[in-house]
Amino acid sequence: MNADLIVSIAVSAIAYGTPLVLAGLGELLAERSGVLNLGVEGMMLMGAVTAFFVSQTLGGPGLAVLIAAIIAAALAGAALALIHAFLSITVRVNQIVSGLALTIFAGTIGLSSYAGQVWGVGGQHGVHQLVKLDVLGLSGVPIVGPILLNQDAFVYFSWALVALVTYYLFRTRFGLYLRAVGESPRSADAMGINVTRYRYVHTIIGGAFAGLGGAYFTLAIAPIWTDGLTAGDGWIAIALVIFAFWRPDLLVVGAYLFGALSSLGFTLQTHGVQLPSEFFSSLPYIMTVVVLAAASTTLARRRIGTPAALGVPYVREES
Amino acid sequence: MISIERNLVTPRWQRVALPIVSLVMASIIAGIVLAVSGHDPIGTYQQIYAASFTADGALTATFIYATPLLFTGLGVAIAFRMHVWNIGGEGQLYMGAVGASGVGLLLGGWPLPILIVMMALGGALAGLAWALIPGLLRAYLRTNEILVSLMLNYVAGLFMYYLIYDSTSFWRDLTSPSALVFPQGKDLLPSSNWPGIVLGSFTLPFGFVLGAVLAALLLALFRFTRFGFEMRVMGDSPAAANYAGMRTRRTIVAVMALSGALAGLAGASQIGDFGHVLDPRGLEQAGYGYTGIVVAALAMYNPLAVVIVSILIGALTNAGFALQGPTFPIGLVGTMEGIILFSVLGGEFLGRYRIRFGRTPARAPSLDDEPGAEVAP
Repeated sequence: MNADLIVSIAVSAIAYGTPLVLAGLGELLAERSGVLNLGVEGMMLMGAVTAFFVSQTLGGPGLAVLIAAIIAAALAGAALALIHAFLSITVRVNQIVSGLALTIFAGTIGLSSYAGQVWGVGGQHGVHQLVKLDVLGLSGVPIVGPILLNQDAFVYFSWALVALVTYYLFRTRFGLYLRAVGESPRSADAMGINVTRYRYVHTIIGGAFAGLGGAYFTLAIAPIWTDGLTAGDGWIAIALVIFAFWRPDLLVVGAYLFGALSSLGFTLQTHGVQLPSEFFSSLPYIMTVVVLAAASTTLARRRIGTPAALGVPYVREES
Repeated sequence: MISIERNLVTPRWQRVALPIVSLVMASIIAGIVLAVSGHDPIGTYQQIYAASFTADGALTATFIYATPLLFTGLGVAIAFRMHVWNIGGEGQLYMGAVGASGVGLLLGGWPLPILIVMMALGGALAGLAWALIPGLLRAYLRTNEILVSLMLNYVAGLFMYYLIYDSTSFWRDLTSPSALVFPQGKDLLPSSNWPGIVLGSFTLPFGFVLGAVLAALLLALFRFTRFGFEMRVMGDSPAAANYAGMRTRRTIVAVMALSGALAGLAGASQIGDFGHVLDPRGLEQAGYGYTGIVVAALAMYNPLAVVIVSILIGALTNAGFALQGPTFPIGLVGTMEGIILFSVLGGEFLGRYRIRFGRTPARAPSLDDEPGAEVAP
């Protein structure tokens, strides 16, 4: 393997892995609080179309437009997550069905498609895109340069978020409380922690992160909007949280591995490898199944990571 | 004094009223969405109604969409009812279509009754086999079946594309002039078409009749057999099933298999009743597997109710495709389905409580209290 190939695989791993990092991190926060949100795919799509719409219609300097687009995407994701939060925390419905409802509501033939058509952004070519930065002027350094020092601001932002969430979860009081809420809401409640508030806040932040992940598709990966363009990334993000045993650091590793896998077909085909394209396209999905099965055997043996109260509504009155 | 307390049992009238109220609520909310985005809600609803029921051939078209939804809805209903979350109906349908069209092509020219049985079996077994992957993983490794079954939808879709667009498979038409221009599947012989029941200008698809019969059989299975009893116990309380010594693994695999076979039949009916050719793009765009979740939830996982609800959601889907265009964005269908689901879920909550006027006697918690919704990780 030559260095060029390694670099091009690593670069596309980061490009395709970034939405997974963001959406996965959001789902991780929600699940740590005990709320399983299967609506990630829908929230990502809504984030993607909202970001694209704002970046296409807003006038002004490119940077300001992009920031507005990113904020709008986060808000769109958060608004959708609020529906799920209300249904699963307050109304205490089955979280699986509620999350599925969210994905159907906002998904490929749902609100995201509707919005795309009403806003008329379907056939447009993106005006503003995130540009690769030349950090410290060192992007020309072999191997390290193109991989680490020549990414767009969003990638660096996602790295900062990972560090922030890791610190928050394991080094702050709020993070400790959050984990308590996900493990044993009753004990957390007895300690005086507001279980409902923690669950709402983290489910909504999770939605905002998913919206950001979606925005990366239309603002960086490809400057277009098509219905269902995330092609299952929202689901892979949910699976990643399981492989990562609910830990942000492992999540990043998994996300980039899947990013590499998603782009492997392209990369190998440009290097002259001939196999049916469907084989490469199905690799991330098949790998998800394989890794999930592998993770579940470890999980079954050691039961690590899974928040004990995941998916279980908390009912105070019936203790 | 007014107080809110939990209902011990859901009154029967509520089980009927809830889906209806949900539909009305959903229409109102969707109407607001329409109005906000600059469409005319009343006019749009009139269009939907005409396109799905009253226009020429509209009812027949509605049943074209209702038939696959009946099968996928049944598949979801029996799985979700016992908390086995099979959301792989989409992929199981694809595999069913591959299986049924393979059998149909292979046995072209056989007597129709035998051919129908063989095609249905081919579809059901293909769907069943595909569903066994998440089923066995769930039963023996406790792997999350939601994600596995969903991932396999994408794999099955790509497999279909491979068969028709990227290989010289048995399913692909390699001879006709049009196939040389654009890849397409081999057509089945016209003598393999499943016979519809013609009532004047309306045609009732054979598949719909088959699905309705299966719905009745499933209800009987639930109510009157030991297997059905075990399924109900496992759905309501996995712990109780375990203590009672029920073979939960075997039941999970069986439910998954049954659910997959039903979705596979949807694929078989797509080939036998309607398409007569393996058409990856058409099947993928239709998304019957996912819509089956909406059907099952609105039917509150009751097989007989699935029959009626499949017609309603079939009407909506039909209208979506028939009216698709600048004035009627296709995204409206999913949006409305989502709102319907939210309303059903919200309504279930209302059904669990009742408002009492006057003094309420203190009540000790009883064993009959309905358990809250619970979810396996």
